[in-house]
Amino acid sequence: MLDTAKADTETLLEVNNIEVIYNHVILVLKGVSLTVPKGGITALLGGNGAGKTTTLKAISNLLHSERGEVTKGSITYRGERVQDLSPEALVKRGVIQVMEGRHCFEHLTVEENLLTGAYTRGDGRGDVQADLEMVYSYFPRLKERRGSQAGYTSGGEQQMTAIGRALMSRPETILLDEPSMGLAPQLVEQIFDIVKRLNEEQGVTFLLAEQNTNVALRFAHRGYILESGRVVMDGPAAELRENPDVKEFYLGMSEEGRKSFRDVRSYRRRKRWLA
Amino acid sequence: MPADFYFAIEVILNGLMAGVLYSLVALGFVLIFKASGIFNYAQGVMALFAAMTLVGIMNGQVPFAHLFNAIFGTEIHYFGWQVPALFAILLTTLVMVVFAWAVQRYIFRHLVGQEPIILFMATIGLAYFLEGVGDLMWGSDIKTLDVGLPQGASFWIEEQTAFLGGEDFFGFFIDQLDIVAAGVAIVLVAVLVAFSQYTKQGRAMRAVADDHQAALSVGISLNYIWILVWSLAGFVALVAGIMWGAKSGVQFSLSLIALKALPVLMLGGFTSIPGAIVGGLIIGVGEQLFEFLVGPLVGGATENWFAYVLALLVLVFRPQGLFGERIIERV
Repeated sequence: MLDTAKADTETLLEVNNIEVIYNHVILVLKGVSLTVPKGGITALLGGNGAGKTTTLKAISNLLHSERGEVTKGSITYRGERVQDLSPEALVKRGVIQVMEGRHCFEHLTVEENLLTGAYTRGDGRGDVQADLEMVYSYFPRLKERRGSQAGYTSGGEQQMTAIGRALMSRPETILLDEPSMGLAPQLVEQIFDIVKRLNEEQGVTFLLAEQNTNVALRFAHRGYILESGRVVMDGPAAELRENPDVKEFYLGMSEEGRKSFRDVRSYRRRKRWLA
Repeated sequence: MPADFYFAIEVILNGLMAGVLYSLVALGFVLIFKASGIFNYAQGVMALFAAMTLVGIMNGQVPFAHLFNAIFGTEIHYFGWQVPALFAILLTTLVMVVFAWAVQRYIFRHLVGQEPIILFMATIGLAYFLEGVGDLMWGSDIKTLDVGLPQGASFWIEEQTAFLGGEDFFGFFIDQLDIVAAGVAIVLVAVLVAFSQYTKQGRAMRAVADDHQAALSVGISLNYIWILVWSLAGFVALVAGIMWGAKSGVQFSLSLIALKALPVLMLGGFTSIPGAIVGGLIIGVGEQLFEFLVGPLVGGATENWFAYVLALLVLVFRPQGLFGERIIERV
């Protein structure tokens, strides 16, 4: 799962010290930097409100419709500045987001949901049909439910629909937000397995935001830990998994039992603050 | 008493025809409401404006003639040509598309993410604005619209059904224009349904109706879809304007047909195209039958309120309307 060789390959996405403000007043990201290498799975970790979703939306440019704005820093994809592009233009460049909470089109059937993913594509019906079969091969369950309204399918099926829909745009990079949300552990495992297979077989690059640190670090190559709008730690996933602080605060493993608040403070001092 | 029975049937048939026209107006509302959650108060005025533009183009009227006259002293009111109906309809459609673009560009693009009530108020403003612009462009006199649709009772139907009759029955009396309107409405609905169900843009339209954010995330341009939807609504308004205008002249009261569409929408559901059709038919027939059966007992004029009472009853027992989308809620 971990291969350091991949770290040397081409950088697709580069987020450099961005600051995001909602509604002109609420400062959410206070200087986040990260890089996503081609062909890797990069995990963005952290608790509620740490800024994971905002980071993803800043990249995919969905921030604008929520009155959010990147006020500082830069975002480049393949060396091109992308922060002023529309989400549509970004999808055409191969970057697509799967939003938190699935966001399927409830009244459309599963298959229609998948087909909307191919909206920006200009190629023929045959190619779209072939990709539909490809998606069904990864998610056989969706093929069974292709005719049902997405709103009536289960949470797991909706997550699969959302990922499948993104795949239909032939993406180079998928920004996957909180795929484990509200799903049973078994299903989470299954979804991550498919993410890994897509990564290896289809060469899709992933940047995923996840609260479930344990699962994410097992499947990702590299991780970034966010706290209150800042990156506090980053490194190869295997190293993060062994890091005593991560173990204690994110994985819930501790050798010395409960710690006092004084030690927590010392942990904070040890953190590397960026920006 | 077969004559009374036949008369009732005739009432129902006429009700159906009137209902078709209600449906046409309601359809425009549904299109916009479904795709953008905007209740477009201006739909009726759009029908009026479209009909005025059509008449103006057909008669070769100079738009804003009075304005030019006041400023430059030009006394030119007519170009002096007549435009054939079909070509004029095409040009008017084009005008409605430009109108859709302008509405999107100058109003709703600046109101993205606002409360529905604010969007609704914007459409009220739009209604008054459009009404004024219409008068300024084409003058506020009452115009007759003649695009060559047949008028008057259909003698063919009268002759064909006369054999049913007894001593005082001479066949069903149905306006030819109503028959044409029904035919046009059926074709229009079939095309719209096919478009939204089986084409890529139609699918995108329904996707936008379901979830704006998700539609954005897969690369659908909301702006483009909304212009598309307003253009379609503009075209539907044009068709409704032609039918009503041919029936009762192009004048201000044409814009009030929007009020007739309201109970239709409550009955059929704001989000359902078939609902708009069936709702219109139910109200058309219900209105006529009620007037026929109950009207004499209460002194008549029940047409003015029957539709609203019916709509209220539906609201009490089935708030989403008879055909409104089931509200899907899952956790």
